[in-house]
Amino acid sequence: MLAIELKNLSKNFKGKKVVDNLNFGLKQGELLALLGENGAGKSTTINMLCGLTKPTSGDAYILGKSVVNDVFEVKKLINVSPQEIALGNKISIKENLELVARIYGDNKIEAEKKSRVMLEKLKLTEKANEKVKTLSGGMQRKLSIGMALISEPKVLFLDEPTVGLDVRTRNELWKTIEKLKGKVTIILTTHYLEEAQALADKIIIINKGRIKSEGVASKIIEDAGAKNFEEAFLKLTEKEVL
Amino acid sequence: MKFLPFANRNLKEIIRDPLSIFFGVGFPVIIMILLTQLQKNIKGMPEDIFSIQAFAPGITVFGLGFLSLFLGILMATDRESYFLQRLFSSPLKSQHYIIGYLIPLIPIGILQASVCFAVAIGLGLSLDVNIIFAIISMIPVILLFTSFGMLFGVLLNQKQVGGAGSILVNAVAWLSGVWFSLDMVGGTYKVICEILPFYHAVQIIKKALAGEIIYSLLNFFVVIAYAIIIYVISAIIFHKKMQN
Repeated sequence: MLAIELKNLSKNFKGKKVVDNLNFGLKQGELLALLGENGAGKSTTINMLCGLTKPTSGDAYILGKSVVNDVFEVKKLINVSPQEIALGNKISIKENLELVARIYGDNKIEAEKKSRVMLEKLKLTEKANEKVKTLSGGMQRKLSIGMALISEPKVLFLDEPTVGLDVRTRNELWKTIEKLKGKVTIILTTHYLEEAQALADKIIIINKGRIKSEGVASKIIEDAGAKNFEEAFLKLTEKEVL
Repeated sequence: MKFLPFANRNLKEIIRDPLSIFFGVGFPVIIMILLTQLQKNIKGMPEDIFSIQAFAPGITVFGLGFLSLFLGILMATDRESYFLQRLFSSPLKSQHYIIGYLIPLIPIGILQASVCFAVAIGLGLSLDVNIIFAIISMIPVILLFTSFGMLFGVLLNQKQVGGAGSILVNAVAWLSGVWFSLDMVGGTYKVICEILPFYHAVQIIKKALAGEIIYSLLNFFVVIAYAIIIYVISAIIFHKKMQN
């Protein structure tokens, strides 16, 4: 069984097709990078897979559960680190982590234990009782990913996880994500092409809601007849505009 | 009990805001102390309006009006910061959010009312068992104001909630008989006040304090009916927004 399977997944907003007939599958433990320009349909696709937006037509399956018919079963299997950092501002870092763990069904003791482990992984133990606003942007982003991981999801969605981060923090996050490969199935959206090349088992480039190319970076370069990945990306996303 | 961790978080978010504490508890207490001093120092102020027995219930209800602001701002902030969107991808259902937002406001409201009555006792309000009835009677009034807060929270952004909350607090002040008896104005004004729930909210507490709670069934009915209708509307809007 595939961990993620999309079947003719489409979404219209006010009569305009934002996601157009997407079909792809992902095995358990694989990492997919979803690339595209702003407004290409990346976040809408993620939102449909997370049960945040209903598809207009088609369906998607997370470990066999339909995002249309079994949305609450899907939600038990997944977690998401949204594009916006989305943290509780007046509660502490530790309380943010515990909140998510408890919402996903852990009791108080389990949540505290998981939170301690996660704080260590994120190197935030010393700041555990501080409020979120005291953290730098990079640390807030790390915490956001920690909140997505604390529920031990089978499928993880990372929507532009490294946007606005400095090189060092981005590198640290890459290492965190790399450690998850093979254990958690991940869909990552990003504008950083090098990020997709460094992390992904498979890359999909979408433009105006449609898949333009998919596979490993070398195949995408070859298919586009380009010299490098950036040129391939530009060619594939330009064609539709011209 | 899936709503409990979320309710616990909401309680912390509200009580860790010093402005909430000031407006919810400090402001009504200051008004009560000021009015008592005025009544002591200015001769001829009507006893039926400016005695502590007369204005304590109204000021306490007025203070509870701020609950709508606390809740509305919290919900609007959660929406705008995408915190709610993160939680929408979790297994919580819409009813868990509604209850999770509502529950923390009940102890906050009871505490707020208890502090107001404690100060009022210090200022001369008779200490008897009726105060306990008055505090228990606050629960539907708390539900009424939280229903307004929820409606603001699902419909408006943070800035708009501030404006709507101020209008509501003013409506409570002017349309509930807190500052003057509605009979003094009478006519259409009195009819409008009696159609709205704020006057009834004050009457519930006044009658409870006077040991006449049995005569406030109509007042309870109006307050509870408003609260239920506004909650149902808010829940429908919330559910629709959650699905989109």
